[in-house]
Amino acid sequence: MTMLTRRGALLGGAGLLASPALVSRVDAQGAFNWRRFAGERIEVSLTANPRSQILIQNQREFEELTGIRVGSEAIPEQQHRQKFVIEFASGRPSFDVIGISLHVNKRQVGRARWTADLKPLIADASMTAPDFDFADYGAGAVAYSTQADGRMDTLPEFTDYFILYYNKEIFQRAGVAVPTTYDEMYETARRLTDARAGQAGFVGRGVRNANVVLYTSFLLGTQQRDCTDANQRLLTDTPDAIAAGEYYKKILRDCAPQGVAGFNWNEAQTSFAQGRAAMWLDGVGFAAPLEDPTRSRVAGKVGYAVVPRGAARHHCALFGTGLGISAASNERKRGAAWLYLQWATNKRNQLRFLTSGAGAPARQSPYRDEEAIRSSRFGRDYFETLIASSRIAHPGLPEIVPVTEFRDTLGTALTNTIGGADVATELRRATEAFRPILEQSERAT
Amino acid sequence: MSGGTTTGDAAALSGAAADRARRKRAYARHYWPFVVPAAIVVVAVIVFPWIFTLWMSVNEWKLGSGRSFVGFANYERLWGDERFHASIWRTLYFTALAVVIPVVLGTAAAIVFHRRFPLRGLARTIFILPMMATPVAVALVWTMMFHPQLGVLNWILSQFGIPPSLWVYDASTVIPTLVMVEVWHWTPLVMLLVLGGLASLPVDPYEAAKIDGATGWQAFRFITLPLLAPFLMVAIIIRTIDALKAFDTIYVITQGGPGTASETINIFLYLNAFAYYNMGYASAVVVVFFALIIGLALLLLWSRERFKDAAR
Repeated sequence: MTMLTRRGALLGGAGLLASPALVSRVDAQGAFNWRRFAGERIEVSLTANPRSQILIQNQREFEELTGIRVGSEAIPEQQHRQKFVIEFASGRPSFDVIGISLHVNKRQVGRARWTADLKPLIADASMTAPDFDFADYGAGAVAYSTQADGRMDTLPEFTDYFILYYNKEIFQRAGVAVPTTYDEMYETARRLTDARAGQAGFVGRGVRNANVVLYTSFLLGTQQRDCTDANQRLLTDTPDAIAAGEYYKKILRDCAPQGVAGFNWNEAQTSFAQGRAAMWLDGVGFAAPLEDPTRSRVAGKVGYAVVPRGAARHHCALFGTGLGISAASNERKRGAAWLYLQWATNKRNQLRFLTSGAGAPARQSPYRDEEAIRSSRFGRDYFETLIASSRIAHPGLPEIVPVTEFRDTLGTALTNTIGGADVATELRRATEAFRPILEQSERAT
Repeated sequence: MSGGTTTGDAAALSGAAADRARRKRAYARHYWPFVVPAAIVVVAVIVFPWIFTLWMSVNEWKLGSGRSFVGFANYERLWGDERFHASIWRTLYFTALAVVIPVVLGTAAAIVFHRRFPLRGLARTIFILPMMATPVAVALVWTMMFHPQLGVLNWILSQFGIPPSLWVYDASTVIPTLVMVEVWHWTPLVMLLVLGGLASLPVDPYEAAKIDGATGWQAFRFITLPLLAPFLMVAIIIRTIDALKAFDTIYVITQGGPGTASETINIFLYLNAFAYYNMGYASAVVVVFFALIIGLALLLLWSRERFKDAAR
């Protein structure tokens, strides 16, 4: 007969006390099976950027967690957009997961129903991990990923806000404050422009197509705010649109480097990173190269601020990417792809985006991670700017199918204004040229 | 008898002809299967795409939406599209400069490199290096050099007291600047072609000209140039084809900008097909562009014949 010893009793008691925790842990793991699609292989097609690099570098985590093998590709943005549209149109895309620039392709993808609606998957407890925490995604990002018909055909991955980068050293030397309104920004830029010293007060996009997002940043500060009305009618020749155009022309002609009419973000970044421009208004994703001392002369001297307030409103332009699941994939691959989406946008990866300066995550929790923020190489003003920008963000481009044509047509007009052309004439001409294209596109909807 | 003989000869002849024809048919029957693979490839990669492009050009088709037959509406739209018209003139302007300058410089370089001088082999090698570089890589390097604030080109100008240029960042200088890249890249090719021609020239005419007291310029003008003409024509044709289809350099450096200042037909076509997804309209552009190339090719052939006649 086995005697009950004191040690045995203590061990048994400890076991009994620990059992609720063990049971709950077993329940949590048992409730969701990450390995249900083990052995499956999925193809992931992303645009080449620091966020995609993070996902690709860490995808082994996902493969070990799920037993699903992942083939990833990261293609430059412009080529990626063309590739996935052509592949979707062929009916047999080569990928199961697709990264989509919502500000360019959202409506096109939604109209053709190329990606699966994620709402049923989110609602399905057997397919969605308990720690998915959908409420953690920012409301703006979720709205941006949701189509007009209510379908949510991408999961928000990244939100891109336009922010104001400024050179702290130049500002301190001149003894000027960071501008809080567009009028102040122009005055400050004028004051900091020194053509003889090769210093520009302001730099931004001037080249056709890319320049439209800078123009719409100024338009967001007007009462009109958007380029189209609720019925998708074009509003690019109205008094507010012309006023925004005048401001665009004024600040680039008076305060930007010579040749800015041909500047895309990379030329603007070069000017700012080499200390040749005092301010730069552009997307949030450029903080990492600017703070890299091997590539930038302004590393450690970059200030971050929300875009200034306009005459009537205060908004920063919002752009973003979402991850979608190809509707053409079979059910098993769609299931595996959904697991990938959950992993790719989990809190850990989103925090990696934020702390590496790869961009603003779509989730809110990374911004609350004080420990990670303290240990980041970016200053507190960077994170505060992101949080403040998220509160005033508004889509920077209209949600229409022919976005690229819109950007090319309006962008050409804006570039011409930098050359001295009359703003009202150019905007009216561009509006007349694009209106039939938009109307035809809307009729096809 | 003779009549019988004649009849017999005729019969023999017609029999021989019939036999020849039969052999020819048998020959064709035996060997036509060898033609089939090549014919299939030609149909698959040339004939079918062309017929499909022609068909698409009379359709309205935007990727992601339905297709509908529109007749010649795309061509009518092209007729009234100022942006397309401007792209044609820009293409011709770019092509003219990108052919003439490399041909002149390449010929001059070939004459220099044809002479014997120390380290000639090394100098030739260095001269042809640009030709070996990938166009996209070349374009990216030039883009950095063109930067108006930080580019090395403006720094070089400043060392000579010359004011900075806006290079590709201004509508008035963008095409000449892009031509400069083309010239740097492709003059070595013309030099190689002409150098090959120079090496094959006979020496007798030069000896005769020397005896007759011809100057160096007269020898070049009346002996070298006419004898080089076939080689120059090859260089012009190759350069014209290359310049007409130039895309990568322009797209990487300017994407057709500033505004539409460097938007050639190729860029216009690319944007319509792969940025706006207007496949029908882009197909119509292809058809018109093809007609334009055929026209230019005929013009070149006609000039060549005229040149031959004049040389005789």
